[in-house]
Amino acid sequence: MSELGASLVDIGYMDTLAAGSTPLHRLDPRAKLLTTALFIVAVVSFGKYEVSALLPFLLYPVYLAAEGRLPARYLFKKVLLVSPFAVMVGIFNPFFDGGVLLRVGHLGVSGGWVSFASILLRFLLTVSAALALLALTGINSICEGLLRLGAPRAFVVQLLFLNRYLFSLAAETENMTRARALRSAGKRGMRFGVFIQILGHLLLKTLDRAERVYRAMLARGFDGHIRVTRGYKIGRRELLFFFCWTALFALFRFVNLPVMLGQAVTGLLK
Amino acid sequence: MSHHIVEAANIHYSYPDSTAALDGVSFRIGHGESVALVGENGAGKSTLLRHFTGCLFPSSGMLKIDGGVVEKKNLPAVRRAVGMVFQNPDDQLFMPTVFEDVAFGLLNMGVPAAELDGRVMAALQTVGAAHLRSRPPYRLSQGEKRAAAIAGVLAMAPDILVMDEPTSNLDPMSRRRLITLLKTFGHTKIIATHDLDFALETCERTIVIHKGRVTADGPTVEIFNDERLLTASSLEKPMSARAWPQNRLKTS
Repeated sequence: MSELGASLVDIGYMDTLAAGSTPLHRLDPRAKLLTTALFIVAVVSFGKYEVSALLPFLLYPVYLAAEGRLPARYLFKKVLLVSPFAVMVGIFNPFFDGGVLLRVGHLGVSGGWVSFASILLRFLLTVSAALALLALTGINSICEGLLRLGAPRAFVVQLLFLNRYLFSLAAETENMTRARALRSAGKRGMRFGVFIQILGHLLLKTLDRAERVYRAMLARGFDGHIRVTRGYKIGRRELLFFFCWTALFALFRFVNLPVMLGQAVTGLLK
Repeated sequence: MSHHIVEAANIHYSYPDSTAALDGVSFRIGHGESVALVGENGAGKSTLLRHFTGCLFPSSGMLKIDGGVVEKKNLPAVRRAVGMVFQNPDDQLFMPTVFEDVAFGLLNMGVPAAELDGRVMAALQTVGAAHLRSRPPYRLSQGEKRAAAIAGVLAMAPDILVMDEPTSNLDPMSRRRLITLLKTFGHTKIIATHDLDFALETCERTIVIHKGRVTADGPTVEIFNDERLLTASSLEKPMSARAWPQNRLKTS
């Protein structure tokens, strides 16, 4: 299988994971959605030089992965896959922000490096939490949950089809790149002109395919709702999950636990 | 009580780029009939099929299904009556598991959760795919995908079954299974196909379409024995009919 095909099956694996049956999987998607949203807001609300206070937040994605029996390696690889974006965002900070902010012994660490570390940590936290949410819930349930939370239908249906068409786009791309490779007489790389042609053609083919997919959905009575077989109920477990985590996030946000812990330890040593 | 009848009266259809795809198509398909729709590539078969599910509407003429005209306000009823199996099962299967995919149409129809499991499994058993229930569709073989796609449509208990090239990409064994399966269905069936041997085995009646028009409509055996008609419609006598004596039956 080509690399593209393999990563496609990999995306589909998210759905397989979402079909699990741990208590976290069975939790109403709304509880998971709101909690994760709060988590993300809490994480991004820190100042740009904050690193230590972010560390306790690692508990949430780690808990989701462990309780939901998600393969940590797989999730971590997915996080790495998108990490170049975060690196691109922060990579120039050390050059522009040279003021020394932190001293470790005789070594001065500039503000740029600290903020770069902060960006990477936030990226790791938010993306891993979002991926864990997806792997525990599945895109269809997430969309239905969003609808029930009052998100605009146009937006939710967009999200749904984005996921649906991702597969057709990848499948078309794989076919076309393979067809090109087979007739390129062993030359690697692609001339720019050919690349443009392929891209345009790909767009048209994908549009066609998307239309067929949509027609097939209509033929089976699709009306903008994806109904899922799992029931929805906000019960005691949902409330418990939501409020416990909210309380923890508040604690992590307003009390810098690692610093407190450090002070307590150094206090004891004195 | 509906009568599962499909009636086309002088349907014309042109695509927005003004390609005329249907040029006055008329026929009447009665309750429980099995009809093959044959014709060369680009003859207008797919365009016609799209009319059956209300994805296209005639530019002029009228299409009636179960006694109701196919038009915008009737769409939910039309789509409940007509079960459409698409040519490429990859276009049709999209839920994370086979079970959920078969359940998709049922949930849209508002089938209560208590009945869901039974109806999905019954449909999967009919096509011999019960063991695939928790597999993701994109990992199935072509034959299995086809079976799952058919189950998804059967589960909705349509009155009229419409299939587009159901034997394409199937290995001989899967094709044979499909033929056996189709023979057990009591639905009104409309099957667009290039596989004339398949048409001969599953459909007693054939409609030939050529350049957007019906050029022949009659018993399959008679039509496939008329070599002049077949050649004129860019078709070929099916293999299993080659041994027939020329004009064994009088053609009309």
